[in-house]
Amino acid sequence: MNIRSVSSVAILAAAGAMALVLSGCGERPQAVSYHQGSYSGKPDTPPYSDPPWNGNKQQWEDDMRQRVQNQNEYKRIGG
Amino acid sequence: MARMKFLCDAERCIECNGCVTACKQENEVPWGVNRRRVVTMNEGVPGQRAISVACMHCSDAPCMAVCPVDCFYHTDEGLVLHDKDMCIGCGYCFYACPFGAPQFPQEGAFGVRGKMDKCTFCAGGPEPDFSEAEFKQYGRNRLAEGKLPACAEMCSTKALLGGDGDMIADIYRDRVLRRGKGAEVWGWATAYKVPPGKGTPPPAAAGGSKS
Repeated sequence: MNIRSVSSVAILAAAGAMALVLSGCGERPQAVSYHQGSYSGKPDTPPYSDPPWNGNKQQWEDDMRQRVQNQNEYKRIGG
Repeated sequence: MARMKFLCDAERCIECNGCVTACKQENEVPWGVNRRRVVTMNEGVPGQRAISVACMHCSDAPCMAVCPVDCFYHTDEGLVLHDKDMCIGCGYCFYACPFGAPQFPQEGAFGVRGKMDKCTFCAGGPEPDFSEAEFKQYGRNRLAEGKLPACAEMCSTKALLGGDGDMIADIYRDRVLRRGKGAEVWGWATAYKVPPGKGTPPPAAAGGSKS
């Protein structure tokens, strides 16, 4: 085995080790999602499916964000 | 939107049990079932604190993992809800939950355990929204009305925060930075500190005590 092949094997091993080490830095998505029928019970509807949102998730989320800020008295009544 | 979470600020909680009452009233929770309760820590000693505890809607919920009939589900908002029609009242979820959130109504003379009941984050359950069946089994669906849980919204000192996890964390962080730490939290400076340029400084500060 010559020096060139040895160095290429070393580079490959280093790359593999690097990939293995970096895989520990990965992050799994923590946001859960509802999958219809993934449990044994009855299906549920999302909270934005009723009027006045009628399925407009973005609008419902915006309204909820505004509502959450009511709990921040520094913003509600001024700091 | 991230996950819906509760956050209780122990520095603000005055143990009034308003959250417990709000939950009971809003969802018409039966006698003997407490979806939310206030826990006192270090009672009677300096540093006593109280926090309001209910289902924490875990991202990796142990109750879901142990349920033998698989009656729990996660909503897109990160809420852990369950189907009472599937529940067999075995109590495994109660043993698995580190917060003691699952509650069981005691029915009959021999304490027969009913179906599990727990905090729904005021999001109802797997019944048609605003239906009588949903209200009777799970309580009010405030989330579908565009409201937050009654306990958080009723909290007089806003110790209990509810809503998007990132947003309530921001509110809490902002609050902690403003109030500082140590004696500032207890209000010592507010009560006894002389504002600059007003009043006379105490003798100790003016040049030592007189004998």
